Amino acid sequence: MATKIKVKVNGKTYSHEVEPRTLLVQYLRDVLGLTGTHVGCDTSNCGACTILVDGKAVKSCTMLAVQAHGSEVKTIEGMADNGALHPLQEGFREEHGLQCGFCTPGMIMASADLLSRNSNPSEQEIREALEGNFCRCTGYHNIVKSVQHAAKKINQKEKVAS
Amino acid sequence: MTNYIGKAVKRVEDKRFITGKGRYTDDIVLPAMAHAYIVRSPYAHARIISVDTSAAEAMEGVIKVFTGKDIAASGINGIPTGWQVNFKNGETMKEPPHPLLVADKARYMGDAVAVVIAETKEIARDAGDIVEVEYEELPAVADAKKATEPGAPLVHDDAPNNLCFDWELGNPKAEVNEAMSKAHHITTLEFTNQRVIPNAIEPRSAIGHYEEANDKYTLYTTSQNPHLTRLLMCAFVLGIPEHKVRVVAPDVGGGFGSKIFHYAEEALMIWCSQRLKRPVKWTADRSEAFMTDAHGRDHVTKAEMGFDKEGKIVGLRVKTYANLGAYLSTFAPCVPTWLHGTLLQGLYTTPKINVDVTGVFTHTVMVDAYRGAGRPEATYLLERLIDTAALEMKMDPAQLRLKNFIPPFDGVKQPGYQTQVALQYDSGNYHGVLNRAMEMVGYEQFRKEQEAARKEGKLLGIGFSTYIEACGIAPSAVVGALGARAGLYEVGQVRVQPTGKVSVYTGAHSHGQGHETTFAQVVADRLGIPMDDVEIIHGDSESVAFGMGTYGSRSLAVGGSAIVKSLDKIIEKGAKIAAHKLEASEEDLEFAEGKWTVKGTDKSVGFGDVALTAYVPHNYPAGLEPGLDFSSFYDPANFTYPFGAHIAVVEVDKDTGKVALKRFIAVDDVGNVINPMIVDGQIHGGLAQGIGQALFEGALYDDNGQLINGSYMDYTMPRADDLPSFELDRQVTPCPHNPLGVKGAGEAGTIGSTPAVVNAVMDALSPFGIKNLEMPLTPERVWRAMNS
Amino acid sequence: MIPNNFQYHRAASVDDALTLMAKHGMDAKLLAGGHSLLPAMKLRLNQPDVLIDIGHLKELRYIKKEGNELVIGAGATHDDIAHSQMARETFSMLSEAADLIGDVQVRNKGTLGGSLAHADPAADWPAVMIAAHANIEVKGPQGTRTVAADDFFTGFFSTALADNEIITAIRIPEPPKGTNSSYQKFMQPASRFAIVGCAASITMNGRLCSKVSVAFTGLSDAAFRASNIEAALFEKMPTEENITAAVQKAGEGVMAMSDHFASEEYRLHLARVFAKRALMAAAK
Repeated sequence: MATKIKVKVNGKTYSHEVEPRTLLVQYLRDVLGLTGTHVGCDTSNCGACTILVDGKAVKSCTMLAVQAHGSEVKTIEGMADNGALHPLQEGFREEHGLQCGFCTPGMIMASADLLSRNSNPSEQEIREALEGNFCRCTGYHNIVKSVQHAAKKINQKEKVAS
Repeated sequence: MTNYIGKAVKRVEDKRFITGKGRYTDDIVLPAMAHAYIVRSPYAHARIISVDTSAAEAMEGVIKVFTGKDIAASGINGIPTGWQVNFKNGETMKEPPHPLLVADKARYMGDAVAVVIAETKEIARDAGDIVEVEYEELPAVADAKKATEPGAPLVHDDAPNNLCFDWELGNPKAEVNEAMSKAHHITTLEFTNQRVIPNAIEPRSAIGHYEEANDKYTLYTTSQNPHLTRLLMCAFVLGIPEHKVRVVAPDVGGGFGSKIFHYAEEALMIWCSQRLKRPVKWTADRSEAFMTDAHGRDHVTKAEMGFDKEGKIVGLRVKTYANLGAYLSTFAPCVPTWLHGTLLQGLYTTPKINVDVTGVFTHTVMVDAYRGAGRPEATYLLERLIDTAALEMKMDPAQLRLKNFIPPFDGVKQPGYQTQVALQYDSGNYHGVLNRAMEMVGYEQFRKEQEAARKEGKLLGIGFSTYIEACGIAPSAVVGALGARAGLYEVGQVRVQPTGKVSVYTGAHSHGQGHETTFAQVVADRLGIPMDDVEIIHGDSESVAFGMGTYGSRSLAVGGSAIVKSLDKIIEKGAKIAAHKLEASEEDLEFAEGKWTVKGTDKSVGFGDVALTAYVPHNYPAGLEPGLDFSSFYDPANFTYPFGAHIAVVEVDKDTGKVALKRFIAVDDVGNVINPMIVDGQIHGGLAQGIGQALFEGALYDDNGQLINGSYMDYTMPRADDLPSFELDRQVTPCPHNPLGVKGAGEAGTIGSTPAVVNAVMDALSPFGIKNLEMPLTPERVWRAMNS
Repeated sequence: MIPNNFQYHRAASVDDALTLMAKHGMDAKLLAGGHSLLPAMKLRLNQPDVLIDIGHLKELRYIKKEGNELVIGAGATHDDIAHSQMARETFSMLSEAADLIGDVQVRNKGTLGGSLAHADPAADWPAVMIAAHANIEVKGPQGTRTVAADDFFTGFFSTALADNEIITAIRIPEPPKGTNSSYQKFMQPASRFAIVGCAASITMNGRLCSKVSVAFTGLSDAAFRASNIEAALFEKMPTEENITAAVQKAGEGVMAMSDHFASEEYRLHLARVFAKRALMAAAK
């Protein structure tokens, strides 16, 4: 029954035999112990399980682990670079974009997808880009500010680099 | 370095959350852990004819299936309630048993019938499908008022007419009727404050772990309230010794009330673990959470407010049927009574008030505290009445409020305000918040724009809400007299380590509120040490002596005050040690900036030095105990009373009835503020939930008791693109009776916002002669009203 | 949350998938983006014995021009289409609809072919495909055939697709010059599917509509063409007055759905409102 998969997660390649029904989120949490990715619903709405697969935000509860075979996955645990926080992680802390923290990893990963396409999103664009992520604590107010903070930071960095 | 209070210090807990290192209950994996799946009744009311577990038990990997019969045979009790509200005639409230698994009858859709324990959660889930339960479906009732009517199906045979209690507060009915009979105008509203589902994004989870070798139990659980859970579970349900039980509430992904209560699954996991000698974990799916988390609100109300010619309120009469669900949850009886009736004075000088509440069982999941708990219902009722009255009497809704507000009082020079409904408000300046909110919205200008917009066929509306809430409910003796079966104090222990670093143990529990930051700010400030030297520990009954948990916006006002009490003891004892070291008398010392200084000299000794001396007491005051470690219980003198003014601006789409929230202004007075960033965050989140109730949310049970919108595909959660950024300001009227002067901020946003939004929509719809619509104000509901 | 167990086959090609389908017959389901199937499986509303994965097949994921047709591979994601300049230039309603589906994460994984095969009565694509006069190319053991979108959606979650066939591509004829289109949707606020979605396209010849195409989704058990509205505007000027009059026919003779978000009456009303909005936008 078990199917062999090979997946690169946060830069490291893993090979495992999994039951085909194993959801990608369960593979990350139960097999790899990457519990930063959370499960908040069973209908693919809440976005707590959002990760990047081949650079794009997906809901890891709506993807089988076997579908990720050959893919590159990034989770919240892979966002910091050698201990240096990603600008989105910094943004969420600086602007108080989280309270209980449960939706936060998914929010950050969905925001990463947004910023990879649009380096300077407006408030409305941020709100629309996060429509697939529920937060019950913040009323989204500071999440918007957090993403704006990160965008600014990234743009500044790029300016310096060029 | 010692000036943290009042600053927007970034949260110390954030690092683990933004890096994916939070540790929530479902993240915990114990060796040899088994997994539970709970088989639940698909019917709201059904007799259980038989439960056949043989096929499930035969499945490879299934360890055991327990049923309601096993629970009944083990002789344990059901889940208790923590509050007693009796009938007006003195009869004891009805308190039917709530077994961990039901054996005879299912009483709501989702009632637990059996539990499958297996090696993996996949096997448990598969086996759950083949537990054969034969049901005989019975008629059900989901609506509170209908449940009291003759012939309604009974939830419990020993609760006639489904009545749990009836209750009354305020002035005698005759006096209120007399006042109302003289009123120039009476505004009447009948409405349902609909049932909403808290929806913390982390579903509930519990791990029971019995270690036979030590005869010790550990429960990991998604709780706002680990100590109370331990007490209820040990003493009332399982009858196991409390000192052998550790309850850990690790990182918890939001609660909003729904995780205050002791749930059956918690005791069930401990019970299963004890039988199987293995750790057992259960984590709810969202669908299961929808069915089984305690819901909030669900009041059917008729409210009447009388006014004199000038618009002064002369009386208020309220009748409410409160849906309690099928069983009594931990604080269920308290919410529609003492947390609702007592708030009906609002901010107004209403001279005569009577509130009458009937608590009713129905075939629905338990209803208990949800963010605000009773106070949003009270505020909704009052604020809808005021705006409706203004419309009916052709007065300005803001002016009508200003005219009826209680005059400012600080609770020190002026006494507290005694209400008609049992409370004494601590301090308030209600005119201040409303005037500021009106200034922020640009009220006069808005009315001009609204007029112009109407001419173009656009429907703009503005709505007000001015609220008061009662937080940090206490003191214990008073709440005991009101029916609480627990005290409502808090515990704060401050342990100064020999090196001068400080560990603080609090009975409050943080599940998003940022206690690890706010409490550390208070401690560092008081001791004059860097925040980095302070660690806040919470959520573990093994390390924290006791606690009453976090809810009702109580943590800082009660828990923070308990810590301050311990800090005072630390400083007092430290002074004795310092005096000895400085060879001065205690009276000549002053403590500031982390050191004791002999007044008028530069002779001083630092906090760290004193701490070390306390643990290495070689040169030490005679007779003084070594060590620097104090624990305090703080039982407040009174509730605290935050208040505020909220204004919503909406636009209604004439074609579809869809409401767009254009602006939301909130001016809140939560007393002194330790961390403005965190307080604002609390307000933001509260607003979103209150707005959610006004526009989007509502649990729908059909006549058979089926929850028909039990998923995120059907239950509308407010999303980022449904809301605007909020406009906040703050007024500070300190609480006069706690050492920090704080009042609490957790629920303010939710309490104030709902009626503001509904009032704004009614204002937008006023050209259609529409006065009242039921929440949530869905597009179809609004469209129908415009087209009827 | 936990689907039933099943056998998993990762197809090497469309032909391989067809072979696997022939072998497993009715027990098998195709898995593309998985955004219709997996949610149903997690709730055990759907319990297939075999899944044949075609989600990774590059041969199905493209958007290209072929002669006077825009051809979209069945495996193109909603997001691919939302960001395709070629699609936008053919029919702006394609990108508008793609952008309104689910949320970013859903659009990143969900595919056009998957959505059409699933035929959710509230899905956005069916209306757009009908309005665009798309032809749906399907491959089966007997080879390839095309089905007009008009004939594809046969009822509640049902299509003209046979159990042993796979959607491979969607062929959209290039509209004549002077064509403008729009997709307008009233969202079910929780799921964000369409309560009513209307796709409309207008081709102008001088000041008159030489071709009008209107289709609805969400209104009834399957997406359908509103020929009555099309006829009412044909060779008329697309003025607000004419459009308002034409959309009065929206939903005539249709059994409208009803749920706790929208009654039959309200849905029919919304059909008129959103048909008007789509036509007004297309008329610009």
